[in-house]
Amino acid sequence: MAQLDTRQKLEILADAAKYDASCASSGTAKRDSAGKAKGIGSTEGMGICHAYAPDGRCISLLKILLTNSCIFDCHYCINRKSSNVRRARFTAKEVVDLTLAFYRRNYIEGLFLSSGIIRSSDYTMEQLVEVARSLREDHQFRGYIHLKTIPDADPRLIEAAGRHADRLSINVELPTDPGLARLAPEKSASGIRAAMGGMKAAIEDGHDAKKRYRSAPAFAPAGQSTQMIVGADAANDSDIVRTAATLYDRYALRRVYYSAFSPIPDASAVLPLSRPPLMREHRLYQSDWLMRFYGYKPAEVAAATDDAGMLPLDIDPKLAWALKYRDAFPLDVNRAPREALLRVPGLGVKAVDAILVSRKWRRLSLADVGRLTVSIAKIRPFIVASDWRPTALIDRLDLKPRIKREQLELFAA
Amino acid sequence: MLPRPDDIDAWRDAARALAMADVAPADIVWRVEGEGGDLFGTAATPRPTPTAPAFAVPRRFVDLAQSVILHRDPERFALLYTMLCRLKDDPARIDDESDPLRRRLDLLAKEVRRDIHKMRAFVRFREVEDADGERFVAFFEPEHHIVRANAGFFLHRFATMRWSILTPELSIHWDGTTLTEAPGATRADAPGDDPVEALWKGYYASIFNPARLKVDMMVKEMPRRYWANMPETALIPGLIAGARAREIAMVEHTAPRGDGATAWEKLREEASHCTRCPLHKCATQTVFGEGPIDADLMFVGEQPGDQEDLAGKPFVGPAGQLFDRAMADAGVDRARAYVTNAVKHFKYEQRGKRRIHSKPNAGEVKACRWWIDQERRIVRPKRIILLGTTAVHSLTGKAQSLVSVRDRVLDVGDGATARATVHPSYLLRLPDREQAEVEYARFVEDLAAAARL
Ligand code: SF4
Repeated sequence: MAQLDTRQKLEILADAAKYDASCASSGTAKRDSAGKAKGIGSTEGMGICHAYAPDGRCISLLKILLTNSCIFDCHYCINRKSSNVRRARFTAKEVVDLTLAFYRRNYIEGLFLSSGIIRSSDYTMEQLVEVARSLREDHQFRGYIHLKTIPDADPRLIEAAGRHADRLSINVELPTDPGLARLAPEKSASGIRAAMGGMKAAIEDGHDAKKRYRSAPAFAPAGQSTQMIVGADAANDSDIVRTAATLYDRYALRRVYYSAFSPIPDASAVLPLSRPPLMREHRLYQSDWLMRFYGYKPAEVAAATDDAGMLPLDIDPKLAWALKYRDAFPLDVNRAPREALLRVPGLGVKAVDAILVSRKWRRLSLADVGRLTVSIAKIRPFIVASDWRPTALIDRLDLKPRIKREQLELFAA
Repeated sequence: MLPRPDDIDAWRDAARALAMADVAPADIVWRVEGEGGDLFGTAATPRPTPTAPAFAVPRRFVDLAQSVILHRDPERFALLYTMLCRLKDDPARIDDESDPLRRRLDLLAKEVRRDIHKMRAFVRFREVEDADGERFVAFFEPEHHIVRANAGFFLHRFATMRWSILTPELSIHWDGTTLTEAPGATRADAPGDDPVEALWKGYYASIFNPARLKVDMMVKEMPRRYWANMPETALIPGLIAGARAREIAMVEHTAPRGDGATAWEKLREEASHCTRCPLHKCATQTVFGEGPIDADLMFVGEQPGDQEDLAGKPFVGPAGQLFDRAMADAGVDRARAYVTNAVKHFKYEQRGKRRIHSKPNAGEVKACRWWIDQERRIVRPKRIILLGTTAVHSLTGKAQSLVSVRDRVLDVGDGATARATVHPSYLLRLPDREQAEVEYARFVEDLAAAARL
């Protein structure tokens, strides 16, 4: 076989990485290169999306695999052993050079590196760590690094990864254990959870050490995250929400990413072949927000699902919850506490905080609230303002907007 | 008269002096040197003498003003001044977020912040060689007067690089130690190409998943006004145009291959843990479908009954026995058909010692459809016979009466043809013998016809 050049390898190994959703570059320690003799890069609190792909997703990191060869045979994965795809492999140096070349041109915030498993978990992990080490030590790279770790790799390797990377992640892959057993027969749910637990402990130790000695090396300052595939197993939305809540809780994850299962070339017979359930993925992210920023309990999100345990696709989960619990509304914007206002469909965290500040000044009218929000129409039925009281609006069924055609097409088989 | 459009200090000095002299907002014309027409004469009026004492403004206003001043809206100075005058009397008013003026200023500041953020994101350096070695040059067209305010970001990030950012209004250069300003430039002043760009484009095209096309979302976050100076955006029309074809190819190439038997075994195993609806709680076990996994013919019943629930096999109770007899009479070999149910768990009401079958509701049918869809994907039957309304509901997604569908060929997707007939348990419940015989004969007829289809 002819040798592949860098561009061909890059295309193969980026293509192989496009199914992973867990690509963000925020929430790490601040660093910069000002006044430094060598090196490059900086990080701020918030990552920067340097471009957007036509799939609407942000490109902030060079997201690639070190290799798409794999000794495992997970059915949902394009890189599995039995798949017929073209294989490629980067050396650690090639990845380092590419990252720096892209970074210097301001294309990216850093690197998100993952890999198929070659030879052994430890061998693969060593390679991943070597890339991060070289970037940090040989090149004094101060941009963002996210490494996908291999669950059963030697803890010392994970430790080394944490010293160099901003974020580490281990994918739980599927929301249910039976789903994992069916689709990733060589992976073990308990092994994945154990690795997440170990990671959590290491991150906490890192924090403690940092508190005691300022010079202590940081360990994955942007924490750990995970991804689960939605739509490849039988889990319904309440299962998924419950699994996510447990993960946040037990392993102190920064983020749980959902990735609508999309058809992969050369799929295994074990898989659904429909278009990816993008709208469902979107609703799950919205429910994630409700839990992380709006104080909803997992059980409350589950209460917004239908009797098949699925969130409605035509309306967002917050509206779905509000329609189920109509007697919690309308709420007086001039009196209701923050937690209650956060439940009003259409009112975001920012708007609620602005309302709380503003009402020290005046009794808010509908127009006042309108100025603090994107659109008042959605909110109106759920609030009382100085000059406004919904008259039984809340009982009307047409609060539920009609399903838009495009949305239907999104999840048509 | 202000020397530069983004000069916050000059504005502050002027505004402070004017406010201390109690000049009304309406009496001021704000102008930037070299900008705008000459409607009201050229000479800048001298600063008035203060009539009021010095005053302090809240920090929050200063922050706000710092952003707003960078906006290109010519009204910005006047709006800020109006706000300043109000704050002179009542500094705490800055916190009134629903005040219309405050809101207007917030929106201007937000647009500026967004432009600053977009500049950080969308500047694309190209590498050039000059006498001193490598240098990185970008051309960028911001929407507001943000370049000076944004230099710090690039300084921190690219401190050890030599770089220049050229914009129509002004250019900034960093030589590794000092930042200098120069007049504006055009795109032609920037280098035309960089070999790394080909790699970047290759990356951009590959990381995009054509099965997830969401163009609106992309344009919202990456407005077209920035596209001209981003090399990768040239690929977008082609990527969009080709996406559907690539997606279809992905799906077609993905015609399931591999070992159907293993896939089916695993699916059955996963189904045994299903909790998609509450029915799993009371039933003994999941009753999965059964039969050759390459069968041409698939039968879909309603749900397992009492005996099926205990045996873990479909169609073994009284209705199953009747079904067997009718199949034999119709001349169809049951052993060559795949037999399954729309709902995989037994739903019942407990009456004394007896468990009386009760009909699954729409939610349960919908929840369980996931399984039948997976079974169909593995078995890929050419013909499907729906036994009773629940099966019709499951596969067509609509609750329809049997009368309305019985003599039609139904579309259930996948290229399979489907026909509906009664569920055998219906025949068992008919009290009238004569009618039962007529209905039985019709059932046999339906089975035979469907098998021939
Ligand atoms: S009836 Fe179907 S969906 Fe409900 S629990 Fe049983 S197998 Fe799952």
